Amino acid sequence: MTPMVEWLKAAVLEVQEYVRLQGAVVRATFSRPFYYRDIVEQFDRIGLGTLTVVVLTGFFTGAVLALQSGITLDQFGARPFVGRLVSATMVKNLGPVLTGLMLAGRVGSGIAAELGSMAVTDQINALRALGTDPIRKLVVPRVLAGFFMAPVLTVIANAVGIFGGWIIAVLQLRVASSVYWTSVVDGLYLQDAWMGLIKPFLLGFVVTTIGCHEGLRTRGGTQGVGRATTSAVVTASVAVIAVDFFTTRLLITLLY
Amino acid sequence: MPQASHVSVSETPSGATAPQAPVLALEHVSLAFDGKQVLRDVSFALLPGHTKVVLGASGSGKSTILKLVLGLLRPDAGRIFVNGERTDTMGEHDLMRVRGDLGMVFQEGALFDSLSVAENVGYRLDTEMRLPASEVRERVDEVLGFVGLRDFLDRMPSELSGGQRRRVAIARAMATKPGILLYDEATTGLDPITAITVDREMVKLRDLEQVSSVIVTHQLRDAFYVATHEAVRDGAEVRVVPADAAKADEAEFIMLREGVIAFEGNAAELRAATDPYIRTFLS
Ligand SMILES: Nc1ncnc2c1ncn2[C@@H]1O[C@H](COP(=O)(O)OP(=O)(O)O)[C@@H](O)[C@H]1O
Ligand SMILES: [Mg+2]
Repeated sequence: MTPMVEWLKAAVLEVQEYVRLQGAVVRATFSRPFYYRDIVEQFDRIGLGTLTVVVLTGFFTGAVLALQSGITLDQFGARPFVGRLVSATMVKNLGPVLTGLMLAGRVGSGIAAELGSMAVTDQINALRALGTDPIRKLVVPRVLAGFFMAPVLTVIANAVGIFGGWIIAVLQLRVASSVYWTSVVDGLYLQDAWMGLIKPFLLGFVVTTIGCHEGLRTRGGTQGVGRATTSAVVTASVAVIAVDFFTTRLLITLLY
Repeated sequence: MPQASHVSVSETPSGATAPQAPVLALEHVSLAFDGKQVLRDVSFALLPGHTKVVLGASGSGKSTILKLVLGLLRPDAGRIFVNGERTDTMGEHDLMRVRGDLGMVFQEGALFDSLSVAENVGYRLDTEMRLPASEVRERVDEVLGFVGLRDFLDRMPSELSGGQRRRVAIARAMATKPGILLYDEATTGLDPITAITVDREMVKLRDLEQVSSVIVTHQLRDAFYVATHEAVRDGAEVRVVPADAAKADEAEFIMLREGVIAFEGNAAELRAATDPYIRTFLS
């Protein structure tokens, strides 16, 4: 019983600490001073740094969607609808979730490792001793970059995915190009576009704040940095799926 | 005595109201981490221009004291004063101002490894005080000259030796001319020759810049060196020479033992102490 209670207490404390970090980030975002150079640098690193992996996963996901759904649709003689399936699935759900997961793997871990090694070598304390608030200098730039770059990356992932689906549709399923594109457009409703665009903002925020949280609270030398990095990826990935579910649920009520 | 040509005297008139008011004081400070008592009823005061040497075995709470002084940690009980202001109850915003007069040399240097030596040393001047680049450059040149590393401006911290890293850390801590410098084991892990060069920087800062300092160490050799030497100007040259007895008495020693002050006094009293724990430490 006691270990269970201990564990629960630790979990509650950690969530509390994480929520406090979120609050501090929001406050620091809307008040001076700002560290513009760091903000620009993080947009560059988080945006461009994740582009390749997002393009690759987007492409193959769109392609495999077309392949798989081609088989299923054939059972109903509905092969021409493959474009609709690819676009609806990519835009509403897979685009945001995949981008979120890629951000968790690449950005969440990177942030935790970087801030974690700064924490265990006293660099975070050195920042504070030199008059800098680490939230403003380190956390805000990363969270802003994640918040604004995740939707951009998602749109790119969607586009590349639909393109991947087109290649399979034309080359493998022998669906006419014009049929595919008409179907792609038919599959998209305005609500879907909203759904697909709102979610990545949240996912970008969640992934970067988790990375920062895990990084800043790192203890215990190099081993601690390893633990923080793993923990950041695992927590952020689970959070991406969970947040995706809950926002989908909420947005369905609000939009449809 | 001081000349304008070199690093000038600290501009902060520490102790302007009462000449011998302490620049730094801890009163009955206690702190526990996760139920483990790390400091218990620690009190001491540092007078302007003086040196407080904090000795103690690894884990006895030395670094914790410095972090409390900087406001990086808060005590569970007791009061902390910096330049007459009570800091343990202060908000982070006011603490930032107080930290302006505190320079800290962290245990392993804690240099920012994404920044060059020049950017590290000029960090506060550039990023926080937003001084013009030319002024920052000039001051960085000056302090790096002070620690003898002017040729290392564009190196990255990973390209420095342990001793050079400590000296850059000292340069960074003194760049804004703080009135109080805190050194956390600035000589630990260095060979004796390099350790003496770091000791000499501490002596120079104390005697030429009138900086008050807290020197945390577990190496007695370095503690005694700093206590028994003084820096004098000889024309354009600065020399570190053995100090007279009166000067040597100004350095006060504190020995921490598992978070409790086990000894307080000057170098001569420390050498004469009979407590078995201190004797073990001295031998
Ligand atoms: N952030 C922390 N959390 C928990 N325990 C800590 C923390 N910092 C220091 N301690 C513990 O406090 C004690 C004193 O640490 P420290 O002041 O670093 O010792 P010293 O510098 O004298 O070697 C040690 O036992 C250490 O394990
Ligand atoms: Mg220490």
